[in-house]
Amino acid sequence: MKVAKLSRLELTETEVDQFTGQLCAILEYVEKMNELDTADVDPLAHCLPIRNVLRADVPVESLGTQRVLANAPVRDEQFFRVPRILDEGSGA
Amino acid sequence: MSDLQYKVVVGLEIHVQLCTKSKMFCGCAVEFGAEPNSRVCPVCLGMPGVLPVMNRLAVEYAILAGLALNCRIARRTKWDRKSYYYPDLPKNYQISQYDLPLSAEGYIEIPLDDGRTKKIRITRAHLEEDAGKNLHAEGNYSQVDLNRTGTPLLEIVTEPDMSSAAEVRALAVELQRIVRYLGVSEADMQKGHMRFEPNVNLIITRGGRQYKTPIVEVKNLNSFRSLERSVEYEIGRQIDEFLETGRTLEIGNKSTRGWDDVREITVLQREKEEAHDYRYFPDPDLVPVEVDEAWLAEIQSRLCELPLARQRRFAEEYGLSAYDAGVLTAERETADFFDQAVRAGGEPKRVCNLLTQVGMKLANEKGGGIARLGPSTQAVAELAKMIDDGTVNATAAGTIFAEMVATGKNPAALADELNLVQKSDAGELEAMVDEVLAANAEAVADVRSGGKKAGKARGFLLGQVMQRTKGQANPKVVSEILGKKLG
Repeated sequence: MKVAKLSRLELTETEVDQFTGQLCAILEYVEKMNELDTADVDPLAHCLPIRNVLRADVPVESLGTQRVLANAPVRDEQFFRVPRILDEGSGA
Repeated sequence: MSDLQYKVVVGLEIHVQLCTKSKMFCGCAVEFGAEPNSRVCPVCLGMPGVLPVMNRLAVEYAILAGLALNCRIARRTKWDRKSYYYPDLPKNYQISQYDLPLSAEGYIEIPLDDGRTKKIRITRAHLEEDAGKNLHAEGNYSQVDLNRTGTPLLEIVTEPDMSSAAEVRALAVELQRIVRYLGVSEADMQKGHMRFEPNVNLIITRGGRQYKTPIVEVKNLNSFRSLERSVEYEIGRQIDEFLETGRTLEIGNKSTRGWDDVREITVLQREKEEAHDYRYFPDPDLVPVEVDEAWLAEIQSRLCELPLARQRRFAEEYGLSAYDAGVLTAERETADFFDQAVRAGGEPKRVCNLLTQVGMKLANEKGGGIARLGPSTQAVAELAKMIDDGTVNATAAGTIFAEMVATGKNPAALADELNLVQKSDAGELEAMVDEVLAANAEAVADVRSGGKKAGKARGFLLGQVMQRTKGQANPKVVSEILGKKLG
């Protein structure tokens, strides 16, 4: 139920039962990983042996305001409109 | 209160916006003041299936800044996702660097008021993407503009090595000067290119015992003034709080306060630091960056003489005062201009005076730097030489400088045209001196008597000659002639 709420999904009770079973199976499967001895294995940052995929600093056309906002549930002229942000924790 | 002593401890986190043309992981233009949500693409929007691609220049700018901050540059670095729950980064995470920052373990040297410098250690400097902007509209809503989303930021973290508000400000100013010299950031405060978060606490000694006050992180600082004032305010507030409550530093009692620019106070935002769980993990969409010898050497070759080193050189090599050297090195273009004018033969102190006393005023009026004022470095050197050899006096040189800017003509032509050439021809001046001496017998007698009035009388005679030449005589030459004639 919590997962559904966090994912903004509306599920029927049958679906909840079905997905709960499926999610448990996945967790059990992943749990198998813990059986491995990984003491001598470095954490993997990327699974492919590639590096330095870089692009030149050249601006390209963006979508344009109208298309950017096309999927917005609510908009406010050129802005996305969202529920009021109460705390000041935003910002990089 | 009387036996209370305290030491201020401040560490600083600084976000610097790098001046690339496009964003960190997509090709959207970085542009201040564009129409809201007009510089946005599926990558910025966090659409499913999009792939971010690193901006090479942003990586190089970050390395260049790391080198200037004397950091160790990581040969291998990667990208991590940091969970983020605000709508100005719609993909719900910020791409940042967690355990393998691009650069680490450096230091920055900052100038102190007494002329010495102090080394502040740099913990790390890593690349990350900026969030967009949440604007608080009327009513129960916020507006989101994603234009800034994905702009490359360099996050610099210092060790808690600063011990006053003035030092914190000095570091911020020096960092601005460095990134501008390197050309990696415009570092324009008004545009939010530099944002500061100081961590402040005090070590208080009272009655032979030591106490540490709880650490406070101050947010919302985007000017040198507010940065300095907020640290000053926190020092006072933490002393008061300690005296009232006796609260000291414990694990988990770090708090976050916001700076109120109008009331000039810090305001509590979060009492206890929540155990931040950003759930960092490597971003599978991005591949690691490896910096090899050749690439690093190429970037290293772009390093320039840094501002503080240049300021020192101007003082030591050219004999300028610390103040003048500081003024001339504030902007790289001005420092370059000065250097070239000196290399073109201008006497350093003369060139310095011309630039700081006349050029900068003219540049301010025109709204730009000295380098963009018009006159070439050669022309300014020539003008400096004209002062040195007595062709014009300093006041006249100021007038000529302004005319050089207005007309683009060379200083020698302007000196003639404006009739500002000092008369240094001894023959011509001698005749005039004779006339003055003949007309002022009393003053001549006073000088010759060598009495109390002698000095004053000599000055009077010099003044008379200057008046006759309408100020165009070279006072040094006149003085010599007077000396010869009066014995």
